[in-house]
Amino acid sequence: MLSRTATNLFWLARYMERAETAARLMAVGERMSLIPSTCGSGYRSEWVPLLQANGSFAMFEAKYRDPVQRNVESFMFFDRDNPGSVASCVSAARENARIVRTALTSQVWDALNTAYQELMALERTERSGLPLTRLTDWTLRNCALVRGAIDATQLRNDGHDFMNIGYYLERADNTARLVDVKYYVLLPRVDFVGSGLDNYQWTTLLRALSAHRAFHWAYGGEVTAAKIAHFLILNRQSPRSLLTSVQGACDHLDRLARRYGRTTRAQTQARAMLAGLAELSIDEVFDDGLHEFLTRFIGDISDLGGAVFDTYLSGDLR
Amino acid sequence: MTGQAFFNEMYESGRVRGPYRQLEDWMGDMPAELRSLKQAEAEELFRRIGITFAVYGEGGDPERLMPFDMFPRVFAQDEWRRLERGVIQRAKALNAFLADVYARGEIVRAGLVPRDLVYRNEAYEAAMVGFTPPRGVFSHIVGVDLVRTGPDEFFVLEDNCRTPSGVSYMLENREIMMRLFPGLFRENRIAPVDSYSEELRRTLASVAPPKCERDPTIVILTPGAYNSAYYEHSFLADLMGVELVEGQDLFVEGEYVWMRTTEGPQRVDVIYRRIDDAFIDPLCFRPDSMLGVPGLMDVYRSGGVTICSAPGAGVADDKAIYCFVPEMVRFYLGEEPILQNVPTWQCGTAEDLKYVLAHLPELVVKEVHGSGGYGMLVGPKATREQVESFRVRIEESPGNYIAQPTLSLSTCPTFVDEGVAPRHVDLRPYCLVGERVTLVPGGLTRVAMKEGSLVVNSSQGGGVKDTWVLSE
Repeated sequence: MLSRTATNLFWLARYMERAETAARLMAVGERMSLIPSTCGSGYRSEWVPLLQANGSFAMFEAKYRDPVQRNVESFMFFDRDNPGSVASCVSAARENARIVRTALTSQVWDALNTAYQELMALERTERSGLPLTRLTDWTLRNCALVRGAIDATQLRNDGHDFMNIGYYLERADNTARLVDVKYYVLLPRVDFVGSGLDNYQWTTLLRALSAHRAFHWAYGGEVTAAKIAHFLILNRQSPRSLLTSVQGACDHLDRLARRYGRTTRAQTQARAMLAGLAELSIDEVFDDGLHEFLTRFIGDISDLGGAVFDTYLSGDLR
Repeated sequence: MTGQAFFNEMYESGRVRGPYRQLEDWMGDMPAELRSLKQAEAEELFRRIGITFAVYGEGGDPERLMPFDMFPRVFAQDEWRRLERGVIQRAKALNAFLADVYARGEIVRAGLVPRDLVYRNEAYEAAMVGFTPPRGVFSHIVGVDLVRTGPDEFFVLEDNCRTPSGVSYMLENREIMMRLFPGLFRENRIAPVDSYSEELRRTLASVAPPKCERDPTIVILTPGAYNSAYYEHSFLADLMGVELVEGQDLFVEGEYVWMRTTEGPQRVDVIYRRIDDAFIDPLCFRPDSMLGVPGLMDVYRSGGVTICSAPGAGVADDKAIYCFVPEMVRFYLGEEPILQNVPTWQCGTAEDLKYVLAHLPELVVKEVHGSGGYGMLVGPKATREQVESFRVRIEESPGNYIAQPTLSLSTCPTFVDEGVAPRHVDLRPYCLVGERVTLVPGGLTRVAMKEGSLVVNSSQGGGVKDTWVLSE
């Protein structure tokens, strides 16, 4: 397969996953804003920690200044200047798909193209008619449609592997960032840890990941920070946990290695990451510091993405 | 011009002509609501499949739909046979001409084509002199633009020897018509066109370079996703099952061309390029080209790869060379031309220039190197100011212009707001030249959607129709 084609497929998937995360972040923010006094003295608004976790606070502040919900919605959903907004991501995914139209089934193209056409209709709609839940629901539904079309119709060839590697790497990065929101929210008031409010925020995170009920099925009993962190980081059943995501990327890289008959740095790095996570306990994560752990993890995922680029996408493989 | 009778392909002196017989009932039975429903369905299909052409720099959505008219254009089998023979004859003559002018130039030595028109032509590539491409074929896809003025009168408007576009519309228009009106296809015996992609693949494979000792790897080279014809490039690549590459995906190493893949370099044998000559190889042509492949021409000339069509093929479809195609047919094939040229005045010669300037309001004037319906004067439709401004331009550089009589282009029934009305049409069949010379029974019919308009180009508001050839 052409390296450029693989690149387009890889990014198509990453952008769709990124759009989904943007929508989930907005949902977290809205729910957190519904409980009183979440934000301690250090923050002007409950939306700030969310933008910080997303790594886009500076960009937001330079353009909008005032972190009120409407501005955050504009920034995270509609703003084409923000490369991480839903509009930017869906458009970029569709543009990548248009370039490699022939590597996609008509169902996958249809799902992406329809999402794009609907997005343009949303952009023309009066904002008062678009409550935040409608924006987030729309995004989650379309991301699921694309993902479903890929799973149901794409050939299981190398292109499918590159799409999945894109999805899993992006998901690993995004889940880490979502969990990290907790760090930013709690930063001003350490004495919140373990309080009712603390658990409420953790639960909100679960809801945003559409994993609230799944969590109860998996753990039962009281909701505790340790259980939730375990669920999102180390649980193999959880579809968005860091371990599941790294496992997924690793599996598809291994398929590529078998298909092409050669193992590269990308596989070695992925397996090392997976082994590290598999041996970890949640207590160790907390002892090290959740934020430090997540920061390191996000860096490792970025390195792995670099290795995938160098070996397969750059076209320099000999 | 007013009162002039146009040949109507469906009705002749009030009676329906043979090929259109089945369509009269179909048209009559279609209530307006059904028609608009079908039209909307067609547009939805085009939009969803993504058959758009891109227009940048005009604002609005860059992805435009080509207006599609559901009323088919129909040829009877015997009408088509003659066209087919004529188009194939022309494609052979044009290729013989190209092989000649990059070799000994016999036709020039014989005094049949002026030396300067060939060797000082912008499209003439010095880099091709003395080189014979595989099977001696320069132009592998020849698009011949035809107009009709009567039951048996067809004229060639121009030839396209470089990379004629539009064939994806021929194929998709048919697909859409079969989905919208399956009944029509059951009641009529319509020759299928979907073998085109397989014929194209076979044609390209048949001109594999001398150094290729295996099943050739074919690619389509596109300028990229922002090209207005990108959909067609990706559509053809998909139908043939070959990679669609950009210049950056290819590189030259050793004596071969390679593409960058996820498994390392893979050798490429035949390149169907959809980029202009000037951009193919920055080392040979335009040094600032970002679209091409440095060193490609060296590999080509040493038999490591085949470029389709060959660089320099454009010298055969130049509007000034056009006048000499009937001569080519006689000179190379020893046959009489089956298809006629439109009588053409070369403004570059004093006698013709005098005639053209005296008759401007009744003539069509074209720029020799123009395309897409731009830089063109349709005398009878033009205002006095337009005619006068053209007069100045022609006097400034007469060699840049040719003139032709305004042809009475045939009309075909077309769906318009008020119902069905005749609109002017032309036809572009696509002739494939490789080991064999073939023509699928069909082509692209373009239709001027505006009443009375003779300009069918999509850039000027033209639309397209499905084109039928009835089998015996």
